[in-house]
Amino acid sequence: MSRREITEDDIESLAVGAWILGTGGGGNPYLSLLNMRVLYREGRRVQLMPASDLGDADWVGVIANMGAPLVGIERLTDHETIARAARLMEEHTGRRFDAVMGMEIGGGNGIRPLMVAAHLGVPVVDSDTMGRAYPEAQMTSVAVGGLKPCPLTAVDVRGLESIVDTVPTWKWAERIVRKICVEYGSTAPTCQPPRTGAEVKKWGIHGTTTKAIAIGRAVREAQRTHGDPVAAILSVEPGRLLYKGKVVDVERRATEGFLRGVARFEGMDDWRGSALHINFQNEWIVASRDGEPLAMTPDLICVLDAVSGEAVGTETIRYGQRVTVIALPGPDIFLTPEGLAHVGPRAFGYDLDFRSVFAS
Amino acid sequence: MRRIGIDVGGTNTDAVLIEEGRVVGAVKAPTSQDVTTGILDSLKKLAATGVLRGADGTPKKVDGVMIGTTHFINAVVQRRHLTKVAALRLGLPSGASLPPFCDWPEDLATLVRGGVWMVEGGHEYDGRPFMPLDEAAVLKAAHEMKAAGLRSVGISSVFSPLDPSHEKRAAELVASVIPDAAITCSSDLGRIGLLERENAGLLNAALADLSRDTIAAFEKAIRDSGIAAPLFITQNDGTVAEASQARRLPVYSFASGATNSMRGAAYLSGLSDAMVIDVGGTTTDVGQLKLGFPREANSVVKVGGVRTLFRMPDLLSIGLGGGSHVVLDPLSIGPVSVGYRLLTDAIAFGGTQLTTTDVAVAAGVFDLGDRTKVAHLDAATCARVFSEAARLAEEAVDRMKTEAGDVPLIAVGGGAFLIPEKMAGVSQVIHVEHGDCANAVGAAIAQVSGECDQIFKDMTRVEAIEAAQQIANDRAVAAGADRATLLTIESEDMPLAYLPGNSVRVRVRVVGDVAATA
Repeated sequence: MSRREITEDDIESLAVGAWILGTGGGGNPYLSLLNMRVLYREGRRVQLMPASDLGDADWVGVIANMGAPLVGIERLTDHETIARAARLMEEHTGRRFDAVMGMEIGGGNGIRPLMVAAHLGVPVVDSDTMGRAYPEAQMTSVAVGGLKPCPLTAVDVRGLESIVDTVPTWKWAERIVRKICVEYGSTAPTCQPPRTGAEVKKWGIHGTTTKAIAIGRAVREAQRTHGDPVAAILSVEPGRLLYKGKVVDVERRATEGFLRGVARFEGMDDWRGSALHINFQNEWIVASRDGEPLAMTPDLICVLDAVSGEAVGTETIRYGQRVTVIALPGPDIFLTPEGLAHVGPRAFGYDLDFRSVFAS
Repeated sequence: MRRIGIDVGGTNTDAVLIEEGRVVGAVKAPTSQDVTTGILDSLKKLAATGVLRGADGTPKKVDGVMIGTTHFINAVVQRRHLTKVAALRLGLPSGASLPPFCDWPEDLATLVRGGVWMVEGGHEYDGRPFMPLDEAAVLKAAHEMKAAGLRSVGISSVFSPLDPSHEKRAAELVASVIPDAAITCSSDLGRIGLLERENAGLLNAALADLSRDTIAAFEKAIRDSGIAAPLFITQNDGTVAEASQARRLPVYSFASGATNSMRGAAYLSGLSDAMVIDVGGTTTDVGQLKLGFPREANSVVKVGGVRTLFRMPDLLSIGLGGGSHVVLDPLSIGPVSVGYRLLTDAIAFGGTQLTTTDVAVAAGVFDLGDRTKVAHLDAATCARVFSEAARLAEEAVDRMKTEAGDVPLIAVGGGAFLIPEKMAGVSQVIHVEHGDCANAVGAAIAQVSGECDQIFKDMTRVEAIEAAQQIANDRAVAAGADRATLLTIESEDMPLAYLPGNSVRVRVRVVGDVAATA
């Protein structure tokens, strides 16, 4: 795969695919999609490049919006503001970016790097640092790799700008930027610590934008032809169908600034008589069938609308919804002991040894 | 309590009179092109049955006339009778890249978009001001709207469900410049989600003229029929609004037809938790009653291609009805239907198209048309057709069920004969008297609701839910409900992700009977 222009149709598919890879979190990419439609209508175009085409010394901006998805649907995401976070980093470091990439492919952040790229006139790298969505800044491949956790920038549409120049660890980065984000009104476009081309090539999770587009395209095609959208996903991804059922209960609670809880399901079709519950912290973390762990992070647990095949978020899942649950394989980097220490079930407080759905 | 319920359907306008919990009169009149004539005709027909007069011949006192209509949603879907709207959003500098109308289908936006103004204002998630309201900019916008000849205005503001003060102040300022402006504030339409709430507000503003004219025509039809009773318009969620509120917020009447039939089914059967199957001429709608109200759709509802957050019943529609085409070899039913041409096109009525109604006539289910014309359909063939219809219905019911166990199923609508007495996953199939007028019955018995959906901070969960309940109660009473009858039918709380502290979003909905008029 070499560098190519991302088409408008690709972005429509990316919105659907990124929401699925968000594994319940990351916020619906719809508003990011609308921003990209605006930029493309203005004639701007974005190039997608494989990480392998980066020079070792290239300077890559890592883009992410932090905050509560609920705030994001009132203070609508704006391509100018997220671009400002990247420019602020350029000014602070005194270096122009050669390319940008996303911190997480899952949810609205799967599209935001494209907005920045359209403004800066640089390509988007077909890589991210989560391969999905995760709630915290240290839950990334670059944190697993022990790369430098600073500097970071955060901006607000009213002209507030913050630079976090020095923090010793990724957990500190998470704590400090989270505070800034809350003061801004719980939404903050950020530029995460920049990476060199060599770092991206070594520690990035590759091909994730292409993957999200392929998943989204499969779902949209199935919708158009009245096919089975879930089967379509499984035809382009080595995933596994876990369950079909209806939501019978959703219990949510806010602890330490996150949305935690459990969604319970009753089986339909082949799963009739079998109960499923999925614990979540912003994203779906551990799924258990009839009390036995069935799938867990870092495997991706994707809860999908049984009819449309589109993702169902932890904030929006409701009683009575009919869903299909699938698992997709987690990125290899998170399957290592160091990776599991960052994002395995114990990193979320579950006393479980990671066992992949795909192990058998 | 004595009420008249009217449902304006695609084919018929049904009217029923309910007295002390009993249906005492039910009539059907053809729906007219102008809708209003059909209503007047149905009321005349109802009066002709004598049920509107007491034993001594004096007119009975009617407490209310409840009308369900698809007039407003049809205007949007068919792009007719829409007013040009000035959109005013308070929220700069946020959201500038996604202005009002940004996700509307272009044809509808072109019809409705009279102009877009964005000024500073709005609030934060916790109620702090996001930016002070730029009153000078609002006044400037108002003068520009006036110069452009715009009189219908949709105002939206960031986090206005939490704090509507900026929207209300802006409305005052606009009204000071354009005194006869019809103004819709998005905070009157509920939920968190700026774009969807704003869209609802803009659609509402686009219906301002149609709404004013239609409600006035409804009132005239009632007056002309000699009935002295207030007019209520049924809402998407099975409740009613007083005519004055419905005139102001017509978008809430969008999906009332299907809702009314489900509510009517609940009333006629006496059940509050059941599945409902409404078999019409062309389609069958399946929904679920919870506490006597239809379960609402979860996701974003598109109206005429516009994303909104309307409260709409969660329905599954399949192409099965009394007019559905039947093919015998290989056996298939629908989705094509003869529709309103049943009485001319179906074989039993001298036509050439085999329909489910012909099969019912052949099987002796009812005595309609000319049975000799369908004599070629033997008992085994009829049984095969009925069993295929039952299979389609069974599948639809199963897809809509949210419980594993068997549940009761209420069958209503003119095509309810297609629903057998026994079905898999169903504990009991209930056919009810007046089931063919279930929608008008649902209109007659509609209640009043109040809703609260906002974020509470630094309260316990219980306190927040109580506060929300109080707001919802007050809103229901303001909408005409009798406080003593209020009942909470939905309560949902959601802590805000990523935020520290006890921020919780609570949504509560209450319903109550319409307060008796003085």
